[in-house]
Amino acid sequence: MKKLRLLYIIPVILFATILLATDFNEYAEENNNRTFTRQTAESTEYFDQMMSALTHPRCLNCHPSDNKPKQGIEAHPHYFGVERGKDDHGFTATNCNTCHQEENNDFSGVPGAPHWGLAPASMNWEGLSKTEIATSMMDKSRNGGKTPKEILKHLTEDPLVLWAWNPGIDAAGNPREKPPISKEAYIAAVKGWFEAGAVIPQ
Amino acid sequence: MKISFNINGQPQSVEIEDPNTPLLWVVRDMLDLKGTKFGCGKAACGACTLHVEGEAVRSCSYAVKFAEGKNVVTIEGLGDRENPHPVQQAWIEHVVPQCGYCQPGFIMATAALLAKNPNPTDEDIDNNIVNVCRCATYTRMRKAIHRAADLTPSSKVLNE
Repeated sequence: MKKLRLLYIIPVILFATILLATDFNEYAEENNNRTFTRQTAESTEYFDQMMSALTHPRCLNCHPSDNKPKQGIEAHPHYFGVERGKDDHGFTATNCNTCHQEENNDFSGVPGAPHWGLAPASMNWEGLSKTEIATSMMDKSRNGGKTPKEILKHLTEDPLVLWAWNPGIDAAGNPREKPPISKEAYIAAVKGWFEAGAVIPQ
Repeated sequence: MKISFNINGQPQSVEIEDPNTPLLWVVRDMLDLKGTKFGCGKAACGACTLHVEGEAVRSCSYAVKFAEGKNVVTIEGLGDRENPHPVQQAWIEHVVPQCGYCQPGFIMATAALLAKNPNPTDEDIDNNIVNVCRCATYTRMRKAIHRAADLTPSSKVLNE
């Protein structure tokens, strides 16, 4: 009789376990999806705002994919055959600082900011999608080993990055175009994106 | 505003209203060193090239305030008739100049190149000597640069 009872009880327990496990998995999945959706919805707007600046020529011109810096809003190759060189700052004797100093020069129209030079070759963004740019930016193997906190600091505090909002005037005296959002809005978007989990929309 | 620097081995101070004034203007108009030329005024042609801390810079695009406490060398300080710099000597040997206006800039750019790369290849020259010569003396300049490399004792360049 005992054996017969066990024969009934064991399948019931197994069935109940399967049901519970299924319910839990569904709940977990739903919960995860809900979290993911919330983060995506919240961060996508920040992401798009941030990327509207990072994909502007003021930023992309120094993230070339062919080792040739670009100039101007139309991103033409830098005059005089200037290239990356061994240390991202041009050739041996003719380098970035031959012409570019720590500040914009309104007499010559030559732009300038601290450590003027190209982003490392591993940070070549020219021709990439917003998603690909963000992925490379957050990839330690390509971003110079930077943690998300260090990337956040670079994006919001580095004077060369923020130069995009103080680009000076060109040789004809015309103000250079700035990114489409204000510096304050850009910094708020970057911080908001990181705080929301730095989710990269796929 | 007072700005002090060494120029051609001599200490120099200038009083200037706008510290963003190009070093070229100070060198030519205040210090009366006319060898450095004004060409394009937008750091493109290289006629205004001089050395700051041994680096070639376009002085039309270099605010004088950045020269504070630094060593500046112009074409006048590179060498003289009795003791020409190897680049000047090579320039004379190859009769490089035509009108001559751009040549000080080329000579200063070449001296800066040889200080870092005593034996430049043609590619090195193409990459680093990007000044503009309206007389198109480029072929003679290339020969003169290679000649200057032969003439250049490393100590000469380092002591410049």
